[in-house]
Amino acid sequence: MSNPTEDRRQWPLYEVFIRARGGLDHKHVGSLHAADARMAIDHARDLYTRRQEGVSIWVVPSKDITASDPAENDSLFEPARDKIYRHPTFYEIPDEVKTL
Amino acid sequence: MNATSPVVRGQELNADAQALFRYVLRLGDLSLVLGQRLGEWVGHSPALEEDLGLANVALDLIGQARLLLTYAGEVEGRGRGEDEIAFLREHGEYLNAILAEQPNGDFGQTIVRQVLIDAFQLEVYERMTTSSDERLAAIAAKSVKEVLYHLRYSGGWLVRLGDGTEESHARVQSALDNLWPYTVELFAEDELDRTMADRGVAPRLSDVQAAWLRRIDEILAEATLRRPKDRPHSWHGKRGQHSEHLGYILAEMQHLQRTYPGARW
Repeated sequence: MSNPTEDRRQWPLYEVFIRARGGLDHKHVGSLHAADARMAIDHARDLYTRRQEGVSIWVVPSKDITASDPAENDSLFEPARDKIYRHPTFYEIPDEVKTL
Repeated sequence: MNATSPVVRGQELNADAQALFRYVLRLGDLSLVLGQRLGEWVGHSPALEEDLGLANVALDLIGQARLLLTYAGEVEGRGRGEDEIAFLREHGEYLNAILAEQPNGDFGQTIVRQVLIDAFQLEVYERMTTSSDERLAAIAAKSVKEVLYHLRYSGGWLVRLGDGTEESHARVQSALDNLWPYTVELFAEDELDRTMADRGVAPRLSDVQAAWLRRIDEILAEATLRRPKDRPHSWHGKRGQHSEHLGYILAEMQHLQRTYPGARW
């Protein structure tokens, strides 16, 4: 059932996303260990929805997530810092505009 | 059982109420004892996630037991509440089938016992949602959703272990061989089961058994496990004759109420 090349001593890690109510996005709530996707759903149900927190669960193997490198934060995120004109609040809205 | 024990006193009830009382205890005690057994895993499970998984199932079962034993107390009509019935009866007054009190063993054995009982409860509760007894129908409607998840959890594990490594397969097959004989009692219809079915209170056990077998066979096939042969049995937990295991369970479960009578929190 599991890939024999994986470390058998520890179950793989899954990231858990829960939709709190119909119409809302799935939000990342945490992670857990499980041997397979079905077990991950069961564990997520027991760990993260026991107080009626959700109506839908997604689980994703953590290894399948590609993350940005914190070492590149300067080049990735710094340039946005001085571009305040990208916020809508930067612009003054003419009085004539009633509904925007 | 001594002459003043509540079940014997219960015989003063009219025959209908007495039969219902005992039948509800059979259902309630099955959940109570199995829930207590599962609770022993808390803090000892193979993984934190399983600790929570088993505890969730245990809590569902205790919740079902509370509803059923409360109802049993009302049917009995002697003012006994859920706590008195759960914690202050004697060994011979518990009417659970003895499969529920069998030891946890390793995780695989716990899972095998769980699959066998989950599938039984599922078939019983599904049919009981149309019971002529409205209270039992309501309890069944609530419980059937819980039990459906229990079987998903335990069945998933049985397939994983049965169709897993050589060792996990051997362990769950051996647990199945050991526990299978106790399943006979679940379906051994006696006078009480017959009366309840005739009155439309409970499903007919022969129907339950046929459906249960189909379900179990499906899971076992997926788990690559072999169904053991039925053997005659000679135990009657449903009549209050238990294995030695129940005594240890009750000692732990009743200790607090017997030491501090009426304790609440």
